[in-house]
Amino acid sequence: MIRGRAASWAFWLGLAGITAVLSLNGKEIAQATGLSWLTKYPQAWQLHLDRQISAALKWLLEEATFGPFQFRDFTRLLSALIEAPYTLLRNLVVDGFAWGRGQQAVPILPPMAWLPVILGFGLLALRLGGARLAVLVTAAFLYLLLFGLWQSAMVTLVSVVIAVPLGVLGGAALGILAFRVRWIDRALRPVLDLMQTVPVFAYLVPILFLFGFGPMAALVATVIYAMPPMVRITTIGLRGVPEEVVEAGRMAGCTRRQLLWKVQLPSARRMMMVGVNQVIMLTLNMVIIASMIGAGGLGYDVLTALRKLDVGRGVEAGFGIVVLAIALDKLSQAAANRGPRDPSGGSWLYRHRWILAWAAVVVASYPLAMAIPPLAVYPAGWQLSTGGFWSAVVSWINLNLYDQIEAVKVAALTWVLVPVKTFLLGIPWAWGLVLAGTIAGGIGGWRLGVMAVLMTGFIITAGLWPEAMITIYLCGVSVVIAMLIGVPIGILAGQNDRAYGVVTLILDTLQTLPSFVYLIPVVMLFKVGDFSAMIAVVMYAIVPAIRYAAVGIRGVDPQLVEAGIVSGCTRGQLIRKVKLPLAMPSILLGLNQTIMLAISMLVITALVGTRDLGQEVYIALTKANAGKGIVAGLAVAFIAMMSDRIITAAIARRTAARETHA
Amino acid sequence: MDRPTVLECRNVWKLYGPQAESVLSRHGGAPSPEALREAGIVPAVRQADVTVAKGEIFVIMGLSGSGKSTLVRCLSRLIEPTAGEIRFEGRDLLKMSEAELIDLRRHKMGMVFQHFALLPHLTVLENAAFPLEVQGVDRRTRLDRARQVIELVGLTGREMRYPHQLSGGQQQRVGIARSLIVEPDLWFLDEPFSALDPLIRREMQDELLRLQGRLQKTIVFITHDFDEAIRLADRIAVMRDGAIVQTATPEELVLRPATDYVAEFTRHIPRAKVMRLGTAARPLIGSDFAGDLPATALVAAVADRIEAAGKPFRVIGAAGEVLGQVDARTIVDILIGRDLPA
Repeated sequence: MIRGRAASWAFWLGLAGITAVLSLNGKEIAQATGLSWLTKYPQAWQLHLDRQISAALKWLLEEATFGPFQFRDFTRLLSALIEAPYTLLRNLVVDGFAWGRGQQAVPILPPMAWLPVILGFGLLALRLGGARLAVLVTAAFLYLLLFGLWQSAMVTLVSVVIAVPLGVLGGAALGILAFRVRWIDRALRPVLDLMQTVPVFAYLVPILFLFGFGPMAALVATVIYAMPPMVRITTIGLRGVPEEVVEAGRMAGCTRRQLLWKVQLPSARRMMMVGVNQVIMLTLNMVIIASMIGAGGLGYDVLTALRKLDVGRGVEAGFGIVVLAIALDKLSQAAANRGPRDPSGGSWLYRHRWILAWAAVVVASYPLAMAIPPLAVYPAGWQLSTGGFWSAVVSWINLNLYDQIEAVKVAALTWVLVPVKTFLLGIPWAWGLVLAGTIAGGIGGWRLGVMAVLMTGFIITAGLWPEAMITIYLCGVSVVIAMLIGVPIGILAGQNDRAYGVVTLILDTLQTLPSFVYLIPVVMLFKVGDFSAMIAVVMYAIVPAIRYAAVGIRGVDPQLVEAGIVSGCTRGQLIRKVKLPLAMPSILLGLNQTIMLAISMLVITALVGTRDLGQEVYIALTKANAGKGIVAGLAVAFIAMMSDRIITAAIARRTAARETHA
Repeated sequence: MDRPTVLECRNVWKLYGPQAESVLSRHGGAPSPEALREAGIVPAVRQADVTVAKGEIFVIMGLSGSGKSTLVRCLSRLIEPTAGEIRFEGRDLLKMSEAELIDLRRHKMGMVFQHFALLPHLTVLENAAFPLEVQGVDRRTRLDRARQVIELVGLTGREMRYPHQLSGGQQQRVGIARSLIVEPDLWFLDEPFSALDPLIRREMQDELLRLQGRLQKTIVFITHDFDEAIRLADRIAVMRDGAIVQTATPEELVLRPATDYVAEFTRHIPRAKVMRLGTAARPLIGSDFAGDLPATALVAAVADRIEAAGKPFRVIGAAGEVLGQVDARTIVDILIGRDLPA
């Protein structure tokens, strides 16, 4: 075994050595041998898949017909189906109803007053989660009102309210189909994998192309983005219904349909509510990002504030997103955790007393708000603003801490970021191909090796090798930093109940925040560039690093810890020799998650000016170049999938090795 | 057996693994365990024969992995057996269509599960009414019926609770109520009391005997607990490695175990608890008797009387004939396991 281990060490060291030599001297070697095509992929060899995809989409949109229908009719129908309820709700809450168009429009009904909305949500929270939740939710909405974010928030909320039912119902339907029909499950799995790793921007591009700029495209993208977890959780939930319960249903004489609707779905309810919560959070995340393609709302406020360098407004709107996210998260969690309904008894009126009272209060508050205008539209003069304060804070920091911040930034750039970047960019593409295949093959077997070679080959032939390397460099550095900070925090938090409670609370809150929010403070303090991107990615991706480490430490069998103590371990030895090795599988899972989050965040940091694949997607988005966007998006997805498979294989190997030893 | 047969299964096999059916037919329908292992097949049930008569409690006893749960699922066709024949009230169960099977389960069969298998989103009352709900019985009728079965299992007053608000024993009472609401002819109980605490388990066994005294169902009862088996059973089938080792009354199992395996189970069972006077009786010697006792009485039940009497009792058979006598000495012999009459 020792010989095998030594050989394996030599193999990996050798690989690293060759890589170093090739990376640092690649150019010279290439010039000396005249094989410069090995380092810089010749443009003439590019496959231009992007153009073909663009052409195919164009054909689909302009010429494709299914019988008497054009494909365009289909997108229009879909668009109209979503547009009708969206417009209705938007008019009701945000714009008001009017007769006619443009200047001649005659208002018929003003937009919904804020009072009924706040009352409605507040009472809902009271019913679902008690007084504490009611206070929280009401405070969140009051914040939006007092800081003049009401209209934007309502635009965002309307998108969420329309997209969530579509995502939930669509996801549940697909999940049920996958549960009942085997081949659908098999076909759906890789698609879901891909959908969850393709960066969000890459969704936007083709959808923009098919549906045009505006709220519809944003909504369609949102629904597609938010659906996969619902599909998965539905299938998992249905599979998780105890076999005995299903048998009880069958013995009661259920038909197949009765079994699904009366036994399996109700039993999976709890699990599916977790999915609903996820759909809501992902929807909010996407609605914010989709501001960029014309959805408007809070995300748009942040974006314009950032562009104008209006620090105060950006922070306020960003905080608006945060409170909305927290309110929606807590509301949906409270709904999920509620037990089954009250035992039904009494009359119809009695059974529905809550919903009736709720409706009565909301409706009654409407004329009240109409009678007293400030209760309908909050007067601009009464709005609070902390904009001046935030601007002052940032300018104070820039004035007084500029040197320190700059020093850290420069040090990080000179000693870490730039060297790593140069090293990775120096690797010739041809060796990169070999490297990908060898690493993947060495860890996960020849199948994984072949997959890695094919995926890397795709990236290279698309002419995206340098961009891919920048992606890997930014992501790699960020992940290493996130792990270096996160794992020790997790280990410490995992050993103390109180610390664990606090950390969990913070992590839960951080996880509800849309990724976009992380950019705001970073840009304000560090301006744009790789360093800012790295900080944002670390902040976003550190959550799983901490969580999995803490969970892993907590999961260690207390008996083993006691065994360590009676063996005379010091505290340090206890951690190093007992807890850490046992928590390792969990920490590695955390690493995997951290990488996934880092990649997804990296794409969003394209907004602060990185030069990676994310930027490619973003450029494609602004130019509405669907092919380019899809190819770059796939490249990101492939990098994510490779790292996921390799780490999963590494964990499996570790476990397998341990089991054969035992 | 003079009572009519309700459920009869012949030569039932359930094999898990690749091409189980062809392996079975290749070996003439009765492959040896070695042949099955070679083919990579796990035999869950091997060549099982079961005959259950109307009104009897038929217990299938075996340790975990012995195939008892699989067998009862074959009998209720929750699982398709690989081979064999199962007849329920003379009809071929395995040839029934899905619709016929659903109809049968709706009216003729009930089943109680080890982990209760209650629906978490329904109240006690609604859970009990569930089989009627899927039949499309209107709400008022089915809830009225449910109230009756809830009363039958002694849960009146808890109709509006949810399963998670009940103790394990109470939950299983709901499970029993649900399985009884359609007034089934055949009642399957799959380890119904195994998940309960020992004291509750005993209480539930008494409850079952009480219910059976009233309802006279035909019962197939699964357990891994031999004490439970002899307490409840009219007849017991002992299973091991998927095959039925012996089918007999508790008394026969204890007195004449077919294999060492069965003997191992029965060794610690006090004979007085399974032995009946008919078996214990010795030839008549004198003519001075304390009285008459029926041959079906359990030794343990009458031991005190016999001991106190000081004189032997006559043992009377079903037709009124005198089978022999028992005295205090007989009782002592049985209790200490000495020199048993064959």
